[in-house]
Amino acid sequence: MLPALLTMVGLAAAAGAAAALATRRSNEDQNRLIDEIDALLPQTQCGRCTFSGCRPYASALANGEADINQCPPGGNATAVALANLLGREPRPVDPRFGTTPAHPLVASIDESACIGCVKCIQACPVDAIVGASKFMHTVIADQCTGCELCIPPCPVDCIVMRPASA
Amino acid sequence: MAKPGVRGGLRLDAHKERSTAQALRAASPVETLVLPLDQHAGAPAVPLVKQGERILRGQPIAEPGGAISSWLHSPTSGTVAAIEPRPAPHRLAAPSLSIVVANDGRDERYAESATPFDQLSPEQLREIIGRGGIVGLGGAVFPTAAKLSSALRGQDLRLLLNGAECEPYISCDDMLMRERARDVVFGARVLLHALTAQTCVIAIEDDTPQAAAALEAAIADAHDARIQLRRVASDYPAGGERQLITAVFDVEVPSGGLPVDVNTVCLNVGTAAAVAYWIRDAQPLTSRIVTVTGDGVLEQRNLDVPLGTPLAALIYDCGGYTSRMSRLIMGGSMMGQALPHDDLPVIKATNCVIAASALDLQPRAAEMPCIRCGNCAEACPAMLLPQQLHWYGIGRDLDALETYGLMDCIECGCCDYVCPSQIPLAELFRDMKPALTERLAARGSAAAARTRFDARTARLERIESERLAALAKKRQELAKKPS
Amino acid sequence: MRQVLYALVPTVALHVVFFGPGLLIQIVLGVVTALAAEAAALRLRGKPLPPFLLDGSAIITAVLLALCLPPLAPWWLVVSGVAFAILLAKHLFGGLGANPFNPAMVGYAVLLVSFPARLLQWLPPNVAGLEPASLSFVDTLTTIFTGMPPARFTWDAITSPTPLDALRTDLALGMTMGEAHTNAMFSAFGGKGWEWINLATLAGGGWLLALRIIRWQIPIAMLTALFICASIMSAADPGAYAGPLFHLTSGASMLGAFFIATDPVSAATSGRGKLIYGAGIGVLTYVIRTWGGYPDGVAFAVLIMNLAVPIIDRYTIPRIYGHAR
Repeated sequence: MLPALLTMVGLAAAAGAAAALATRRSNEDQNRLIDEIDALLPQTQCGRCTFSGCRPYASALANGEADINQCPPGGNATAVALANLLGREPRPVDPRFGTTPAHPLVASIDESACIGCVKCIQACPVDAIVGASKFMHTVIADQCTGCELCIPPCPVDCIVMRPASA
Repeated sequence: MAKPGVRGGLRLDAHKERSTAQALRAASPVETLVLPLDQHAGAPAVPLVKQGERILRGQPIAEPGGAISSWLHSPTSGTVAAIEPRPAPHRLAAPSLSIVVANDGRDERYAESATPFDQLSPEQLREIIGRGGIVGLGGAVFPTAAKLSSALRGQDLRLLLNGAECEPYISCDDMLMRERARDVVFGARVLLHALTAQTCVIAIEDDTPQAAAALEAAIADAHDARIQLRRVASDYPAGGERQLITAVFDVEVPSGGLPVDVNTVCLNVGTAAAVAYWIRDAQPLTSRIVTVTGDGVLEQRNLDVPLGTPLAALIYDCGGYTSRMSRLIMGGSMMGQALPHDDLPVIKATNCVIAASALDLQPRAAEMPCIRCGNCAEACPAMLLPQQLHWYGIGRDLDALETYGLMDCIECGCCDYVCPSQIPLAELFRDMKPALTERLAARGSAAAARTRFDARTARLERIESERLAALAKKRQELAKKPS
Repeated sequence: MRQVLYALVPTVALHVVFFGPGLLIQIVLGVVTALAAEAAALRLRGKPLPPFLLDGSAIITAVLLALCLPPLAPWWLVVSGVAFAILLAKHLFGGLGANPFNPAMVGYAVLLVSFPARLLQWLPPNVAGLEPASLSFVDTLTTIFTGMPPARFTWDAITSPTPLDALRTDLALGMTMGEAHTNAMFSAFGGKGWEWINLATLAGGGWLLALRIIRWQIPIAMLTALFICASIMSAADPGAYAGPLFHLTSGASMLGAFFIATDPVSAATSGRGKLIYGAGIGVLTYVIRTWGGYPDGVAFAVLIMNLAVPIIDRYTIPRIYGHAR
C-alpha cells in the first residue's frame, strides 16, 4: 500500500515539476508572448482597458497584471482568444470597461461646425485626422479605429461616430 | 520550399467532339446588343456616349472607371438605344447598368490605325493594349494592361499562354488554336515586347492534336525562337493558372501571391489573339468565340460572336433547343453557373453556353454525412483537405479554416465530383470565403493601425526629448555666461 | 459499402467451412439487430430512415462483430454487442460519420470485458487430425438460442481455444514455442483453419485495394509493423516469441488490417497520418498479444489508436500548394 502511494505521489510531483519548468519563460520568450498577445488585439488604441494603448495592455497581460476581459472593441471573440493563448478561464467582456459596438464605427467631423482647433488631431492615437490650425479637419475613415478619443477634446462637439461602410 | 508538385485532379470525359466537328462560323447579326458596363474585373466603365448618339463599329463607348478597369467598344455600327440596367449573365440575371446598341446593319468601322508594335517602348505598348479594351478571356476578365504593368516587379519574365482548356464542354480555345494559330502567335510576339520577356510557352493539352499541329506550323512560320509549344496531361484542372505554371515551369506560385512572384505572366490564348487583332488589325475587343453545346441544342458548334448578342439568338443560330433541353449553363460543367433564362447578352467572360439535358446533368443523390473517406483530399489540385474544411466550414470555425488553407481553394469542384456522400463542397467553400476574407482584412487594418500608432508614439517621444534637450542646452549656455 | 460486404464473402465462406454454420446464424442475428437499432436511433434523432438505414454501414458493423465472436456464442452476445455498437458507439456520438471509435470494436471490447469466458469458447477447426464434435445445423441453432450445448455434449467436449489463446496459456505454463506448437491445431503458419481464413481475408482486402475503396497506407503499415515487431522478438528468443508469419496469419490480423482499421470515419485523415495510425495498431496488437491480458490485441489496438487520431491529424496536415511547409 505504502509503496504504491509513494510511487503515485512521486510521479505526480515529478510531472508537476516538469510542467512548472516548461512554463517558465525567458525574457526573449516574454517578448514573444507580448507580441503574440498584441497580435490578437484589435489595435484600436482607445485606452478603455485602462492602459495607454494595445501594447501596454498586452504587456500587462503577459505579466499577469491585467485580465483577459478588458477589451470592448475586441469583443468576446478576442477575450476567448486571449484566454486560450494564456491558459486562463474564458469570460465575456466586463461591461465596466465599455460595451462592444454591434458594427464597426468610425468618427466623422461635421465640417460646418469645425473651428480648426487641432485638439482632436492631437488626441488621435493613429494620426487618422488630417488638418492644421485654422484649417478644416477631416477624419480619414479608412484609418479610423473607432477609439472615440477625439470626441471629448472637441470644444464644439462636432464629432460623431458613424457605422463604417464596408 | 518542398518539391513542387502537380497533384490531384480528375480524368473527365471531354464532351467536345461534336462542338469541334465543324469550322468556326460568325454568329448571325442581331438587332439589339446589350453591353454591361461592369463585364470586366475592377471598376465599371463609364459611358462616353449618350442615348440617341450614332456610333460606329469599334468606337470606344465607355472608358475605364478606375485604376483597374477597361475600355468598352461598340461591336457594331448603329445608335445608342439606351443606357439603363439590364439583366446581366455575370449577376445571374440581376440588373447591371448596360449600354444598349441598336444595330443599323451597315457595319461601318471606326477609323483606327494598326500599331507597329516593335517601334514602341514597352510602356507605350502596354498603354495602347489597354485602349483596346483587352481583358483576360479565360474567364477572369482581368484588364490585361493592368496585369502587364503590375508584372514589372518581376525579373526575367516569362510569358505563359494558357491553351490548356481542361473543363469539359468548353472548346472555344481549341477552335481558336486550330483555325487562328497565327493570330495567337502574333499576339505572343506583341506581349513579349510589352513585357520585355525572352520566353513564351504556349501550353496545350495532349488530346488536341489539330491545335498542336496548327500552332507548331504558326510558330515555325514566325521564325521566333522565343516561342515554344508545350503539351500537358489533360487532367482537369490542368488549365488552372497555378497548376499549369507548376506543370510547365516546375515552381509553385506562393499562397496569396501571384504568378509574377515566380516571374511568370499567364494569359489565355484568346487574350493573345485579341491583342493581335487590336495591334495588327486595329480591331478592339468587340467579339469572342463562344462554344454552344449540350444535348439540349440541335447543332453543337463554336461561333464567333459580337459582344452583347443575346444567348437566345445564339441558340437560335444553332438550330434552337431540342425537346430534351433542361437547364442553361454559362461556363463549363465543373465551374459553370446555371442561368434562369436566355435573354442575357454574351459578355467578355462568356466562353461557353451549355443547353443541358438530363444526359448532360449528373443526377445528384441525397446529401449524406461525411464519412472521411479522403477521396476529396486525393482529388484536390491545391493539396488541401476538403473534408476538414467541410467540418470547420459547417462549424464556422474561421481560425481552423485559415489554418487548413480555405483561401487557397481554387473552387475547381474536383472534391464535389468524387464525394461519395454527394456533399456540395465547392459551394460551401465559396460561401465561407467572404467571412474569412473579412477577418483577414480586419487583421490587415489592425496591423496598419499598429504601425501608425507606433510611428506617432515615436514622433511624440522624439519631440519631447528634443524639447528637453533644447531646454538643457539653454540652461547650460546661461550657466556659462555670467549675469 | 456493398463492395466491402462482397469482399468479406471469401472470409465468411472459409469460416463456415472450418467452423460450421454458426457464423451465419450470428450474422443474421447481428444484421437484424443492427437494422432494428439503427432504425430506432434514427427515429429518436428525428432523421429520415432512407437513405441512412440501408447505406450498409450498420450491416458491416454487424458482420465484422459476428466474425469476431465464437460461432456457438449465445444469441444475446451478438445482439447486445451489436446494439451497443450501433446505439452507443455510433448514434450517441452523432451517427454516420461522427463516431470517434470503431463501433464494431467498441461492441467487441464491451463483450470481451463483460463476458470473457464466453468469448474464448471457440471450436476446433474442421481439418484432418482434429475431430471436432459433429454438430448438425439444428444442433448449432439450438446451442445458439438456448445458450447451452446439446444434451449429449458438455462445453468442454465441443469447444477449444484459438491458436492465439492456446499459445498464450501454454507459454504462461512455461512451455517453449516448440513444445506449444506440438498441439494438433498448429501448423506451419497461423494455425489450421485460421491461416486459410486470414488468406481469404487478404484476398478480399486486396480486391478492395484494387477497387480503390480503401487506401494502402493503413493495411500495409499495420501488417509491416506487426511483422517487424514479431521478427525482432522471435529472432531474439525464438522459444518465447512467435514468429512474424504466425502473427500475420492468426486471429484477426488480416481482418483488422483491411476491414476494421480502414474504417474511414475513425481513422486518421492524411496519408502520413494513416501510416502512423496503421503502424501504431500493428505495434499495439503485438504488444497486447505478447504481454497484455488478452489473446488477440486487434480490438484494443484499434480503439487506442482511435484515441490518438485527433493528435495524429493535427501534426500530419499535408503541405498545401503554394505554402512553404
